[in-house]
Amino acid sequence: MSSRPSDFPPPFDAAEFVAEPSDPPDERIEVGVLVVGGGPAGLSAAIRVNQLLEERPAIRDRLGEIPVAVVEKGKAPGAHLLSGAVVNPRAFRQLFPGMHTEDMPFRSKVEREGLYYLTAKRSLRLPAPPTMWNHGNYVASISEIGAWLGKQAEEGGATIVPETAARKLLVSGGRVVGIRTGDRGRGRDGEELPNFEPGSDIAARVTILAEGTQGHLTGVALDRFAMQSRPQVWALGVKEVWEVPRPLHRVIHTMGWPLRGPRKFREFGGSFIYPLGENMVALGMVVGLDYADASLSVHDLLQELKGHPFVRGILAGGKRVAWGAKTIPEGGFLALPDRFHFPGGMIAGDGAGLVNVPALKGIHYAMRSGMLAAETAVEALAPGRTAWEPGALESYDRALKESYVWKDLERVRNMRPAFQYGFTRGAMVAGLAVSTLGKLPPHDLELEADASVPVFVGERERTYPPPDGALFFDKLSSVYLSGNKTRDDAPSHLRVDHKVRREVAEAWVRMCPAQVYEIGGEASPAGNVVNVEVTPSNCVQCGAITAKGGRLTPPEGGDGPEYRLM
Amino acid sequence: MRSVAAPWRDRDAREAIGIKVVVCVKEVPDASAPKRLDPQTFRLDRSVAGALNDFDTHALEEGLQLREKDAGGEVVALLMGPERAADSLRKALAIGADRALHVSDEALAGSDLVATSKALAKAIEREGADLVLFGQQAGDSDGAVLWAAVADRLRLPVVSQAASLDVADGKVRVKRQTEYGYDVIEAPVPCVVAVSDAINEPRYPSLKGIMGAKKKPQETVSLAELGLSGEEAGDAGSRTEVYSLSDPPSRGASERIEDDGGTAAEKIVEYLSSHKLI
Amino acid sequence: MSILVYVEDHEGEAVKGSLGVLAKAAKLEDGVAAVLLGSGVEGLAEAVGRHGAARVLVADDPALEAPLPQPRVDVLAKLVESEGFDTVLFGGSVLAADIAAGLAARLDAGLNWDLVDLELRDGKLVGKRPALGDSVIADVGWTSEPRLALIRSGTFEPVESGGSAEVTRIPAEVQDFSKQAVMVERAHEESQGPSIEDADVIVAGGRGLGQPENFSLVEDLAKALGGAVAATRAVVDAGWYPYSTQVGQTGRTVSPKLYIACGISGAIQHKVGMQGSGTIVAINKDPNAPIFEYSDLAVVGDVHEIVPKLTALVKEKRGS
Repeated sequence: MSSRPSDFPPPFDAAEFVAEPSDPPDERIEVGVLVVGGGPAGLSAAIRVNQLLEERPAIRDRLGEIPVAVVEKGKAPGAHLLSGAVVNPRAFRQLFPGMHTEDMPFRSKVEREGLYYLTAKRSLRLPAPPTMWNHGNYVASISEIGAWLGKQAEEGGATIVPETAARKLLVSGGRVVGIRTGDRGRGRDGEELPNFEPGSDIAARVTILAEGTQGHLTGVALDRFAMQSRPQVWALGVKEVWEVPRPLHRVIHTMGWPLRGPRKFREFGGSFIYPLGENMVALGMVVGLDYADASLSVHDLLQELKGHPFVRGILAGGKRVAWGAKTIPEGGFLALPDRFHFPGGMIAGDGAGLVNVPALKGIHYAMRSGMLAAETAVEALAPGRTAWEPGALESYDRALKESYVWKDLERVRNMRPAFQYGFTRGAMVAGLAVSTLGKLPPHDLELEADASVPVFVGERERTYPPPDGALFFDKLSSVYLSGNKTRDDAPSHLRVDHKVRREVAEAWVRMCPAQVYEIGGEASPAGNVVNVEVTPSNCVQCGAITAKGGRLTPPEGGDGPEYRLM
Repeated sequence: MRSVAAPWRDRDAREAIGIKVVVCVKEVPDASAPKRLDPQTFRLDRSVAGALNDFDTHALEEGLQLREKDAGGEVVALLMGPERAADSLRKALAIGADRALHVSDEALAGSDLVATSKALAKAIEREGADLVLFGQQAGDSDGAVLWAAVADRLRLPVVSQAASLDVADGKVRVKRQTEYGYDVIEAPVPCVVAVSDAINEPRYPSLKGIMGAKKKPQETVSLAELGLSGEEAGDAGSRTEVYSLSDPPSRGASERIEDDGGTAAEKIVEYLSSHKLI
Repeated sequence: MSILVYVEDHEGEAVKGSLGVLAKAAKLEDGVAAVLLGSGVEGLAEAVGRHGAARVLVADDPALEAPLPQPRVDVLAKLVESEGFDTVLFGGSVLAADIAAGLAARLDAGLNWDLVDLELRDGKLVGKRPALGDSVIADVGWTSEPRLALIRSGTFEPVESGGSAEVTRIPAEVQDFSKQAVMVERAHEESQGPSIEDADVIVAGGRGLGQPENFSLVEDLAKALGGAVAATRAVVDAGWYPYSTQVGQTGRTVSPKLYIACGISGAIQHKVGMQGSGTIVAINKDPNAPIFEYSDLAVVGDVHEIVPKLTALVKEKRGS
């Protein structure tokens, strides 16, 4: 029997999340441009739409009382955002021409940086490849950026609707005409509790999906409109923020230990350590989810990393103040959807896979794509036009392909895929790609879906440090620190096959940074099939389960972590 | 109430207009976020974004239910807090309050029970109400028992720990939960009632509510507009202070027992006896 | 200092919490006064005198019959002003909290509540107040007189020091607005055991019990101790026990005198709901269970064997 997670598919059918509008017309909420997701892509789209509507009053008049609405499932924009992050300010400058950099939501300019190769005890400085040069970039917290962009969007006239999950795509006549929000107040078995509040239809003339990694409606749209013929792959990042007495003055990336090079392990990734202001440090471990060893736990690898003398020194005397986890789409150019628009809408940001893995950049691409989507949306709503005419939104795809987003991604397209072949070979191919600016290797490498990789149970946990509450922490206290507030008695929002091969179950147990999955007991006489138990209220919605064989759907609006420093 | 008789005070007029409920709400650092005390002032670090106090949502819900029973009633959300706390007022509007009143003034920072109750009482008096509702306890325990202090300043009857509340014939009838069980207390309107979290299940804001919140009337009022001076607010107007913070006494060394040969139960009983716990 | 202690009465007896505060006051200062406010309470003055009061002031009046706060505020305010008390202490309770806060407004006096200790430092009265879910202690004080303080229920134990007090009757002048709230029905004890928030003793069960049937072990022990039953999120999630008994971050917060945790691992989500408990006894077969890091008595062993034996011994001891 296979130990491939993809052979145990979750009980999920995208069709469940596609519906016709059903609210009576007087209860329906109508907006002009609907943005799903209050992250950099979505908020930039909202801001840009309002900027354009200022200049085009005729279009604004067509859009009704709520020309732009942004629906966000977290408590507020920023609450569900997590990234390193070193930001290229380019998109900020495009969106806010004339704004001084000091007024942008960055923490500090990148002064110095270093790339290190780690072994269990030592660190070796390496020259950083050009793709990773960060001169002119800024260290920032994406949750702070989200909160800041949210305020800008509101001031620009957008209606931000927090604590609201976008559950279904409203499709009528083959076109997306809006979304349906999720119900609130259902009990464990789906029953209506006394304060049950049903979701509502939001009708929109254009819908921009900017849900980020593993976006729910994004996945539904990609399926419904057959837009994704090549698999996407993801990495899981687990991050902590520490208050430290000694300021860090450079941006650091590491490779190597604790990840293993040999191809059979398929462990691709590394860590980042960034200064967040004078007295804080953000550090994280990022690992591709195509790893093969079921005992791999990114959270625990982060804990292990902190025990390395190099990292210990940076954190000495410090105190952990934040924790979080989130996936990153890593396929890059070779995993982009076939199209970025569908009848009635567009996909922007991480949800569209617009992440440059070698450069570890995605925020400015998200913002740029949001702006371009906004421009297409407004044009499509000019008097005499609708977003549902054939070709109405094609200009978005064209604009993306002409932008720096596309060019950057194309140049580095083979770098991540090369690492499927192990560290050494990957580094060689990567080096080749960099020095030829992407012209070599000439063909496109193929990506394999994360869940298709068979898993085996190794012994990595032997080296995971036991929690001590000072330097090393367990998953549950970390979930607590994320500010996670997910109602206990809500229906489970996680779809998985509950009877799977033991190796697969072990992989899920270790993979999940929030300790959602547990092995409940044996389900077969030979003991190689086990029951999987789920504690959905721990979930921080990182999305890893979707990459490795299950499916994350959004829980009740407002549930989940509350990131402030991430 | 001391204020000049407003139309609603006239019983007939009030019946025509409907009950007016002022719900006092507070913003507190979010329940699940790690809380910190400001190392300088020792007061709760409010620089982090906050959320509407959970307990106050029960008071708000009760006000909304009363308004629903009494067509034409009005629910006003009253909040005293810094500018940033306007977000919580917006949430109260999203949940269903008709209007928001924000008492905001730099001079109010650091107000204790004495100063806070004074400002709130003035705001309520200025606004007028049939019923003033409070939530049972502030999650950050900075606002405990505010209702009794406010009621005294307003010379209004107060009933706390309401596990159920009915309004009829110009009276409230409250089932008050005490250590000994439930009392039933009646008081004429206008009065102050503090509701416990057992009284109802707060509703979620509807989407229409969330999107319509910013269009609802919101008023901001300063100390001066309440007729209060700087001396009556903030540190100057407070009568208590915080000197310092310390770690709680550690629980002390914990005693450890292994269940050797089934003796654990006896050892536990010994322990409990010696600590006078049984 | 001139201290006045409010002594609450219930069904013909002085409430234990108030007597505990009186004992503490007597340690801080000689000549402590206590006040009884009610109807038919004069008879309690003697007992109050035996518990540390040098003087007992009694307002015995039908107007004070019902345990309502506002008439008591009227009487206390007059008393404090006329006698010049600079410190008024209350044992925390539903009634006392309302009285203390009303009095604070009436007299424009500082009130510190939920105190777990009081001490004199360089002649100044300093209170200790837990904050942030009992994870930090704030030292608090007053900037004016009179100083009002509400002491967390159960903090101090009454001490019968013998001795007798000088008893003085005081008038009960109640304002009109204070008479408007009327008690129509008096509280009667509810028959089903204490709710977990009020209970002095809680026995809590977790996943370590193994099966829902085993919750009877927890129930039996709770019954034997006269306490309430609580559950962790894991077992409530699994449907073993109702949500109303859930203790933890997303359940209730409790601080009983005694908390016995059976088969509970004690992750932080549970800890924050009960860390304020007086004494924590944890029984778990995993010697590395996080709960052992913050329990007073850590018992490593099998709950299925230990708990029934414990129940039997407790019954014996209590003679039930």
